[in-house]
Amino acid sequence: MDRSYQVITRMIAKRLLVSLIILFIVSLLVFVATLLLPGDPAQAILGQQATPERLAALREQMNLNDPVFVRYFTWLGGLFTGNLGYSAATGGPVTALLADRIQSSLVLMGLAALISIPVGIIVGTFSALKRGRAFDNATTGVSLVLASLPEFVIGIGLVALFSTSVFKILPSVTMAPPGEAVWNYPVQLVLPTITLALVVTPYIVRMMRATMLEVLDSGFVEMARLKGVPERQVVLRHAVPHALAPVAQVIAIQLAWMAGGVVVIEFLFRYPGIGQALVDAVANRDVQVVQALSILIAAAYIVVNLLADLVGIFTNPKLRTEKAA
Amino acid sequence: MSTNIIETEVTTGALCATDLRVETDAGVEILHGISFTLQPGRILALVGESGSGKTTAGLACMGHFRQGLAKGTGTVSLGDGGARNILDLPDHQLRRLRGKTISYVPQDPALSLNPSMRIGEQIAETLRVHQIGATDSARRLRVAEVLAEVGLSNDRAYQRRYPHQLSGGQQQRVGIAMAFACRPSVIVLDEPTTGLDVTTQAVVLQTIDELAERHQVAGLYITHDLAVVAQIADEVAVMLEGDIVEHGATDQVLYSPRHAYTRRLLAAVPDLAGKRRVGLVEAITGEQPLVVPGPHGVPDTTGAISQVDDAKLLSGTGPRATPAAADPQPLMRVRDLSLSYGEHKVLDGIGFQLLEGESMMLLGESGSGKTTLSRCVAGLNDEYTGSIELFGKELATGTRARSSEDRRRIQYVFQSPFSSLNPRRTIAESVGVPLQMSGISDKRKRRALVLEALDQVKLGERFMERRPGDLSGGERQRAAIARALVNAPSLLVCDEITSALDVSVQASILDLLRTLQTDHNMSMLFVTHNIALARHISQRLAVLQMGKIVDIGTTDDVLDNPQHRYTQELLANVPTFK
Repeated sequence: MDRSYQVITRMIAKRLLVSLIILFIVSLLVFVATLLLPGDPAQAILGQQATPERLAALREQMNLNDPVFVRYFTWLGGLFTGNLGYSAATGGPVTALLADRIQSSLVLMGLAALISIPVGIIVGTFSALKRGRAFDNATTGVSLVLASLPEFVIGIGLVALFSTSVFKILPSVTMAPPGEAVWNYPVQLVLPTITLALVVTPYIVRMMRATMLEVLDSGFVEMARLKGVPERQVVLRHAVPHALAPVAQVIAIQLAWMAGGVVVIEFLFRYPGIGQALVDAVANRDVQVVQALSILIAAAYIVVNLLADLVGIFTNPKLRTEKAA
Repeated sequence: MSTNIIETEVTTGALCATDLRVETDAGVEILHGISFTLQPGRILALVGESGSGKTTAGLACMGHFRQGLAKGTGTVSLGDGGARNILDLPDHQLRRLRGKTISYVPQDPALSLNPSMRIGEQIAETLRVHQIGATDSARRLRVAEVLAEVGLSNDRAYQRRYPHQLSGGQQQRVGIAMAFACRPSVIVLDEPTTGLDVTTQAVVLQTIDELAERHQVAGLYITHDLAVVAQIADEVAVMLEGDIVEHGATDQVLYSPRHAYTRRLLAAVPDLAGKRRVGLVEAITGEQPLVVPGPHGVPDTTGAISQVDDAKLLSGTGPRATPAAADPQPLMRVRDLSLSYGEHKVLDGIGFQLLEGESMMLLGESGSGKTTLSRCVAGLNDEYTGSIELFGKELATGTRARSSEDRRRIQYVFQSPFSSLNPRRTIAESVGVPLQMSGISDKRKRRALVLEALDQVKLGERFMERRPGDLSGGERQRAAIARALVNAPSLLVCDEITSALDVSVQASILDLLRTLQTDHNMSMLFVTHNIALARHISQRLAVLQMGKIVDIGTTDDVLDNPQHRYTQELLANVPTFK
């Protein structure tokens, strides 16, 4: 047993190392990309009327005169110490600016995940159990349509349906006063959450249905039925756990996608999350904020995928235990 | 007469199936009203080739119909006094019978045990759903008891193992323990020993026999292996395309078969003694002359007899008087071949040589290293140390490092024809691939060569544009052999190529290989676990155990006078009849 745990520890350590290398490469790319943003950040902040003295002073303050690699390592060092620099637009530290935004986005993503994961797994399972019947056909059709629509189309469709012409029951934009938490206005959360959930759920449903069909055809499910195990127990105890491992991978990719895809949805609903912050920062040439957010989203991708791999390792006893001698 | 007894006792058995019919969802009938009766403590073998409906019949006894099959008609009743028809029972009543009164032992335990549940828990689950044993600890005692019955250790640690931590034979014994756990009155065994090697098979068969006897269980044993039938069954029912064509006591069916199909089936079973005709030609080292069909299907006995003499001479020490190869050259020499993965030695100092035109059988059980050895020879595994010489010249280790000429000379046929052909390519495309590799770019020439190879394996032009999905298992394996032949290799490595096939198909493939060997003077390395094939295919025999060759010599010498204890044990465990 000890040896197998060693193997797993080594496996995880290797994955962590690879993740760090990827993150490092991403940081380089992000840094280079922000260098390539057109215009001079100091000019952009102070406007066309700024005097050369003030521009020079600001450049000095933002370390824009240092060589590129020094600026890169200063910034990289800041990432480790939690000092993400100062926002050019507001003048405040980036961490303070982003803290609320990250919280808001996490609420949105968490709510969407809380809805889409169980719904996706349950609907996919039922769809597989009712293979070829009306419920299955309807699910397959609807999930295909939803999966093929871009997120903003779904969002606009929902806005049109629930907050403009048909039913005027839900607000189409988020208008919490600055500084107040988004969850104090639950009604405003409904549309963005549903949109995000509708984008993510179809993939989970389709994957769950596909793996479930495969598992239901497997020898051990037939065996369970032939030894008289009640159907409920066949599904819950024998089939679903096996279908979950591949689905966990899809869920991970969907969660990671949410971190980036949330940008469009937040923009659409004027939701005060990281997506909004990113769009604003790009418009304002707020380089430090763009860099911080890009790294954050990349890190989210990597962490979530790492978690999915761990789920894979721990749900498969073959990877955890030793083989027969 | 024994058959009459069966017919008069129709209503008193442990399970009685009458006029059982099953249709596919599309309305095609695949079981045409079969009837049989199972007696307590006796085993009825349902024998047939793939597609004969034997598994469908077995599962129908449990009221189970696989995906794509409609619910069957007819009656299946248990001998417990109730006149219920299992086929008419609602699901919840059916569930109470399954596993408790009728239980099932599946073909492939590796697929049928839940890979993420501990084996003790899987057996306990059966007990729990049927409310046997008042408490978990009482059930645990029963689990330990049945594990001991099938000859497995039953301590707590063993019960906590996962299926992948057991060998194939142990997995199957867990399957049997599970089936006997609730003390059923009827047990359906679906080819439970097909994937096992002979030694393990012998133990498993003995276990089944003993348990059925001790607990007076009626057994339905589904199989295609007539040698196993001889060992375990009291009665035999032979199935052909959804009908029982012959039914009687085991001795009567096996030794004085009445139906022509039974006789054909029996004739196709390879026997260790090599006395029986398998396929169209005689066994290679048999006493009778080898009869090879001539170019027009007429037996060409004149030329073939001299070939047999060659074969016989080959097995001796004298020189061969073949016109094709007057002085047989060593085609391949393997010296001190070893391969290990970490501590584990897969191959350990293998050495042998193979003459031109000679067929050598590499016999071994699963895990003996036989497939690894053949993959090393073909260069598919390049992690070995030692040397492999072809025509006196040492080969590079991996295929990538070998010259295309060397690659052409050694061709490989894989075990499963179902996975070794690309399902999206036509047969002509698949067979043509090696020609592209060896640089024959002219399409017409390629087509001609492909056609010639397909003719050699008796598939012919009409198969060229078909895809593997339209072909039967035997036809696919022929196509795979054609792909190996198309480049006119010097050595054909056949890795368990008949183990996925029915006996009659196996016989025709053996026949094909023998013809190729005698007509084209091709050498062959025939890798198998089935010792009964030895006299039908090979002049020499090497027995492999745990990566070492423990016995090597002419087939007759090894079989008649085995030197190593392991070979003796293997020979003792071969199920035989006649």
